[in-house]
Amino acid sequence: MRWVWIALGAVFLAYPWVLAGPFYERMGALVLLAAISGSAWNLLGGYAGQASVGHAIFYGAGAYLPLLVFTQWGLPPIAGLPAGIAVSVLIALVIGIPTFRLLGHYFTMATVAVAELVRLVVSNWDLLGAAVGLSGPAVSRGWWDLSFRSSIPYYYIFLAVLAVVLLVTWQMERSRMGFYLRAIKAGDRAARSLGVPVRRYKLYALMLSAAFTSVAGSLYALMVGFVDPDSGLGILISIEMLIIAALGGAGTLFGPLLGAVILIPLQNATNSWFGGSGSGATYVIYGGIIMLIARYQPGGLMNAWHALQERRHRRAAAVEPRHAA
Amino acid sequence: MVIVQVITGGLLLGAVYALFSSGLTLIWGMMNVVNFAHGDFVMIGMYVAFLIYTYLNGGPIEFVLASAVVLFVLGVWSYTGLVRHVMSGTLLSQMLATFGLALVLRYATFWIFSSNFRSLPEDLIGGTLNLGGILISMPKLVAGVVAIALTLGLHGLLTRTAIGSQLLAVSEDRNAAMLMGIRPDRMQALAWGLAGAGTGIAGALIATFYYISPSVGETLALVAFVVVALGGFGSVPGALIAGLLIGVIQELSAYLLGPVYKDVVVYALFVAVLWIRPQGLFGKF
Repeated sequence: MRWVWIALGAVFLAYPWVLAGPFYERMGALVLLAAISGSAWNLLGGYAGQASVGHAIFYGAGAYLPLLVFTQWGLPPIAGLPAGIAVSVLIALVIGIPTFRLLGHYFTMATVAVAELVRLVVSNWDLLGAAVGLSGPAVSRGWWDLSFRSSIPYYYIFLAVLAVVLLVTWQMERSRMGFYLRAIKAGDRAARSLGVPVRRYKLYALMLSAAFTSVAGSLYALMVGFVDPDSGLGILISIEMLIIAALGGAGTLFGPLLGAVILIPLQNATNSWFGGSGSGATYVIYGGIIMLIARYQPGGLMNAWHALQERRHRRAAAVEPRHAA
Repeated sequence: MVIVQVITGGLLLGAVYALFSSGLTLIWGMMNVVNFAHGDFVMIGMYVAFLIYTYLNGGPIEFVLASAVVLFVLGVWSYTGLVRHVMSGTLLSQMLATFGLALVLRYATFWIFSSNFRSLPEDLIGGTLNLGGILISMPKLVAGVVAIALTLGLHGLLTRTAIGSQLLAVSEDRNAAMLMGIRPDRMQALAWGLAGAGTGIAGALIATFYYISPSVGETLALVAFVVVALGGFGSVPGALIAGLLIGVIQELSAYLLGPVYKDVVVYALFVAVLWIRPQGLFGKF
């Protein structure tokens, strides 16, 4: 495991030198950002099996608050990051407390509805720029604005945050909470009968997931310096997190990172192939990929890889005795 | 007087909501699968109506029937080609499957027809009916009446016919139904087909008075979810009453608070239902 960390770290640290140029640097930063939000989604949707289609609320809270503290009080946007986390955790409680009493699809449905509700309210709320959105500092007033022309500083900030998210996930995976969440995923009632405090741990997972998603939103706002209801709160934001995690492997540590490494360049490519109406084609491909994953590889690519390795091990084990004889 | 008119409009709109929500509730109740592509089924129904009218000069009867057939086939295919294979999987993979279908339908439509809003001519079905000072537009009246008739028909089919009993038998116990000589796969495919056909008819009916765009399904799907949650999962009569209620609430809030708020009120109502009475008004569990 340690070697995986070191190797991944080396690859990602070296990337901006290997593939230089603004295009690749920006794409690298976007891959990392998608990996952060995908990993955040994965904490709840992957490990605990509670699929949310409303994570855009937390992403949006994270994206709006930094720009709000800037437009209202002229503070550096990064000051809004903790506020975004606080708001996200609060919203998480409001959704989680009633819906986690219920099984199955309720939580998913509630997240869809609340996300749409929030998007509609924000679209009509002048303080938050209504349909136009909010902008960050046009000209950087100093390093504390974290507003850079090159994508490289963002790349390394995102990399550091991703490392933190993955480390926390890794620790959680091996802790009591990790076992509880996997038990909940395998069977809500069974977990409860074994003494797992199901609702409480679902709520913990949701709050943690919301907090990290909010950080991803804040980082997005810092880099792009602009957010509107579609780019911060649209349902496609939530869907993208879900797809990235599910493609790589929901409930695996590096699954979302793998998903982001595949999907974000693919998205770039389809957008440039198909031009203006490209976003249509991109999401047709997204939809196709999700259907194929669900139909043939519900565990995602990471699980497919693990299954393949296991089979190889078993074959090796089966061959050995014959040699001995 | 205006209030009465608003309520009448809400009831007629709500009847159409009830029709397409009953497809969702049928499948949800029968096999505990949520079809996240449901709203996009409605959208496809609307485009079928639009295409038949624009390119084949078909009238309302033709395009409603065509839409029913197309969506029946799409429903059956969704089950046999996709949902059947993920039924035994995790909740996430079930969700992903229909979500993927939703994205493909929505964005393929977007790709082909662009995001432009389209509509059918307003005078396609009659004009306006004046009932003692209450003005009712004919398309809404026809849509509402047809929708109520079909929703009641679906309820009758489920409760009073042999096919309905077989469908319910499969939903109660798949294996026991199989031992009774019922083919579960065929019945579930039929349920998807029926749900699709009802949704298609609802879509074609809505198209006579509603804007048509690739993303319209998103809004309508949420309405359907609210109707199903409020009416109780799996209950067709529940969907009918909840649909009428949601229609009235939507029209009233549009009239009293402004059109922007009609969806806000509905989603807030949904969250309130989840907080207060998650099993819905007529839910069983």
